[in-house]
Order: sequence, then C-alpha cells, then structure tokens
Amino acid sequence: MAQASVKREVVAPWNDPQAVPLIRFEGISKRFGDFTAVEHVDLAIHKGEFFSLLGASGCGKTTLLRILAGFETPTTGRILIDGQDVTGVPPYERPVNMMFQSYALFPHMSVADNIAFGLKQDGLPKTVIRDKVAAALDLVQMGRFSGRKPHQLSGGQRQRVALARCLAKEPKVVLLDEPLAALDKKLREATQLELVNIQDRVGITFVMVTHDQGEAMTMSSRIGVMNAGRIEQVGGPVDIYEYPGTRFVADFIGAANMFQGTAREGEGALAVACPELEHDLSVTDAGTVAGGTPVTVMVRPEKVMIGRDKPQAGLNWAEGVVSDIAYLGDVSIYHVRLASGRKVQALRTNLHHGDDSRLTWEDPVFLAWHPADSLVLTR
Amino acid sequence: MNNRGFALYTALALVYAFLYLPIALLVIYSFNASKLVTVWGGFSTKWYGELLQDHQVLDAAWLSLKIAFVNACLATGLGTLAAVVLVRFKRFSGRALFTGMVSAPLVMPEIITGLALLLLFVGMENLLGWPDGRSMTTIVIAHVTFSLSFVTVVVRSRLSQMDRSLEEAAMDLGARPLTVFMKITLPIIAPALAAGWLLAFTLSVDDVVISAFVSGPGATPLPIVIFSKVRLGVSPEINALATIVVALVALAIAVAGRVMMSKEKPGG
Repeated sequence: MAQASVKREVVAPWNDPQAVPLIRFEGISKRFGDFTAVEHVDLAIHKGEFFSLLGASGCGKTTLLRILAGFETPTTGRILIDGQDVTGVPPYERPVNMMFQSYALFPHMSVADNIAFGLKQDGLPKTVIRDKVAAALDLVQMGRFSGRKPHQLSGGQRQRVALARCLAKEPKVVLLDEPLAALDKKLREATQLELVNIQDRVGITFVMVTHDQGEAMTMSSRIGVMNAGRIEQVGGPVDIYEYPGTRFVADFIGAANMFQGTAREGEGALAVACPELEHDLSVTDAGTVAGGTPVTVMVRPEKVMIGRDKPQAGLNWAEGVVSDIAYLGDVSIYHVRLASGRKVQALRTNLHHGDDSRLTWEDPVFLAWHPADSLVLTR
Repeated sequence: MNNRGFALYTALALVYAFLYLPIALLVIYSFNASKLVTVWGGFSTKWYGELLQDHQVLDAAWLSLKIAFVNACLATGLGTLAAVVLVRFKRFSGRALFTGMVSAPLVMPEIITGLALLLLFVGMENLLGWPDGRSMTTIVIAHVTFSLSFVTVVVRSRLSQMDRSLEEAAMDLGARPLTVFMKITLPIIAPALAAGWLLAFTLSVDDVVISAFVSGPGATPLPIVIFSKVRLGVSPEINALATIVVALVALAIAVAGRVMMSKEKPGG
C-alpha cells in the first residue's frame, strides 16, 4: 500500500481538543422507508483536511456525502459548516461544491461555460468570471481545451474539468464522489497524487467517498471507515491499517490473519490461547483485557516471517506446510496450512533474481512474528 | 445475387408495395389530365392550378395550419409539464391516476373522445354561454386533449434517460430550481420537445374524426373539407391536394427524425 509521496505539513488539528472543526455531523441518521442508510453518525472534519469516507457499496458513504451537499435531508441530527447550521439549507445556498462520479458536465456547454456556470449564478462581473475560469483551467492544465464540448474530451480530461468547475467557486468544502472510479489504473494512480497536490495548493477542505482503500490511503489525511450506515473507525491511514479498532476494519483494510482465542490471566504481555494454534500467542501493548475474555488476535501477512529454520525464542510461532503460493512479482503471498488445518498468510518480498531458496509447495516451514506486531481486538 | 438474397429483396419489395403503392397511385393520378380519376389521360398539372383557385380548400388549409400550430405549442407546453411531473415527482397522492389519465387519450377511441367533447362544449355553451358555437377554439381544445399525451410520451422517455446528476450539479453550483430547469433541463430535452411539437402538429393536421364533431360551419379544417368533397365523388383536384398533404407530412416526419437522430449523438 503506497503512502503519499507528497510532502505535507504534519498538522493534526483533530488531536487538538481546542481546535474547532469546519464540518460537524451531529447524530445524523437517514432512513429510506424501512431501510436505514446512515445511522447516528457523529463526525468532525477540520479545515484543510483531505477526508475520505471508505466502505463497500451500500454502506451509506454516498448518502452521507449527499446529506453534506444538501441533496438529502437527514431524518435526524444536524450538520454544521463553519459554525452555521445548514441542515435545512438547500444545495444552491451551501458553501460546498461536489464533483460527481459521472462528472455531470453539462453536455450542451463548452468547457469554459461549464466552469463559468457556477460563477454566473453568483452574479459576478464578466471580466472576473473570465479570469476565474482561466485560473481554474490553468490549475488543472486544461487551458487549451476551454472551447471544447465535454463529448470531445477523454475521461481524464473530463475529470479535470469537473474538478476545475468545483474549485472555481472557491467553496469551503469540495465533495468528491468516487472521483477516479471511471479512469483506468495507470491514470488513476497518477491522478491520485495530482489531486492531493491541487488540494494542498488551494487549501480547500476535501471530503471524498471511495470504495478503493488504496486510493483512500494514498490521498487522505484521515479516513472514516463505514459499515452498514455507521462509522466504524476514524483515523489516519497508518492508524486504520496498523491499529484497526474493530474486526471489521481489520478485515476490510488490507489482508489480515485473525485468530479467535481466550485471554489468559497474567501480568505484562497478554497471552492468548487459540485452539487453532499449538502455542499461546503473546501480544504486547494489548491494554487491559480481563482473563477469560474471548478476543481476536490480528496480524498482517507482511509482519509474518516465513522460513525453513526454527525461529528464535520470544517470537510467536507456528509450523506448517506451504499449500498455496500467489506470486505477484514484487511480492509472494504464501498460504501455510497448520496442523489444525488453519491457513495463515505470510508475505515475502522477492528481493533477488532466481532465488534458489524460494519456498515451494508442500515445503515444511516455520512462521513467526513479533509480539508487538500483532493486535488484540475485542469488538 | 444468390437465391436467398433474391427472396429477401422480393419480400422487401412486396412489403413496400403493400405500404406505399396506394399513395404512389394517388400521387401519379394527381398529374392526370383526365377528369375521370381512374382513367389516365396524359400528364398535366392543371388540377394543382385549379386547387389554387379553390378558396374553400385554401381557407380550410390555412385554418388547419393555424390550428395545428396553436395546438402544437399548447400540447408541447402542457405535455412537457406532465412529463416533468411524472419523471421528477416520484410520490404524490393521485400519481397512479394521473399517469393513467395522461395516457388514456392514446388508447381512447377517437369517436368517443369526439362525441364526449361535443357534449361538453354544447353543455358548457348552454350553462356558461362559452364556447360560442363550434369554432377554431373548440377544435384547438379538442386537439390538445389528445396530442398532449403523445408529447408526454416522447418527452417523458427523454427526461427519464437524462442523467439526474446534471441537475444536481447545477443546483450544487448555486442555480435555483427554475434556473436549473431553464438552463440545464430544457436545453438537454430540447430535441424531444421539437419532436413532440412536430408530432402534435402532424396529428392535428391529420385528424378527421374528432374534428368532425367539434368543427362548425364557420370553422372547417382541411381534412373535413376533403372528406365532404370525396363524398360527392373523387375529383383529381383532391388527388392534388392529397399529394401536397403527403409531401408536407413526409417532410415534417423527416425533420422530426433528423432532430431525434441528432440527440442520439454522444453528449457526455
């Protein structure tokens, strides 16, 4: 999972209890008939953030974004933008602009007219509009295309125009609904970083909805992971990957080996008895977990070392045979079957050409990981 | 050409002959010099000349065009409103009833519509003193009642294909609902409006049955005049008139087709 290579100031207003958030969701719920799309969401987003709502389709993330844009009225709760309650304010009076998944460029208008549309609604003088349109087009390097109609543009170009149209009004918040879903893989990866760069330059708060965790991790300052209408966890990319708060998040973000077990009484590192493993698992920094509590121990595949030699003492370890190998070029994922029948994933980087020591099917292997590299989940 | 191809082309020719031979004959006989419709007496355009001298026919044609124009404008306006309501407002009481009522004239026998309208107009005249007899007004009202259904069908299908997020985007950019409708929705559904307008226009020009009920001595549209002339025996003059009508209708349909085709082009 690539981290953003864009250099950003390390500011974390969300860690500052004195900081006043720009956007506040307070007890927001949305029901469509019997179906609850969003359930009691409390969320604070700060100025200058690139915030992502991440979840599978149907988890309520788009509904939440549409509530923020004003296209849906929440069943309960209220929304504040910059201290102002906007719950009942129609979309055309909110200081937010949205970039739609379909881009929603007006087909009968040129690129320049598309961008000027929002500015005209504000009744700005013609010369100001012209300058702002030119500036917005320059920002997304689309100046040469101002006279074209949307159907004369490629997917990537349309995406840029849609972004320019959002930014031209200089809103307090820009909303992005799956902004890169329509682009092919290469273009998507290039655009991810460019979007972050543009956001950094204009300093506007971005709220993005995506189902692509790589995209969310690359671009966001913080991510809200959603499941069944609720926000499961809010945190930076490192937080939600390394320290997921719930089983759902651990499973949804990246790959995870999860072992069900029971906590044992004791001081120091927590010991967990797992029926699928021959030895107790040891987890440091597990917090206070009472003995006898059913828990889940999570360890990411890349933290699991795999080899032919018995690991040193002090590590969690298990024995098994290689049952499946997924060779992905840069890395290989080994599926190792333990004596109990349980399969465990381990990831190894393919560092050298023609590595003779490469493991193959049915090789007996040892798996090992450090007690500090696993996590205890109780929810 | 192989046998299969030959059979196919024969079938095609037969179908076209079935559909268009009567019209072709009518057109050919409009250039007939003979006074007898069924006997070819050489080529002549004299019936077109006589037609232009016939004030009854010319007045009726002019009236028909006026009625068709007013009808098309009113039907397009009302039909579009009905289509917007049906597509954009998903829940309101009486929606199912409204949907049925809007499309009822499509399947209602014309003779019943005509009779019902006549009874209504006569009843209203007795009670309210309006409308004053059968006139252009009553014909326009009658034509609007059925042609707006056709406009609604055409506009509704275009509107339901339209990407809803275009309207949302406009609203998001600060446009109030009326501005959104005028600046975004209308231009995008414009081809359907044009097609609906032309359809309503043609339906009105063509209509005989309903017009027969609601027209009066002072206001007789063209199809009624033709119909009454035919009852006295077909004269080649009628053929000439029919040829002109066929040409105009064909032109209108060709234009409508063109307009509808242009909307199919990629529009983002």
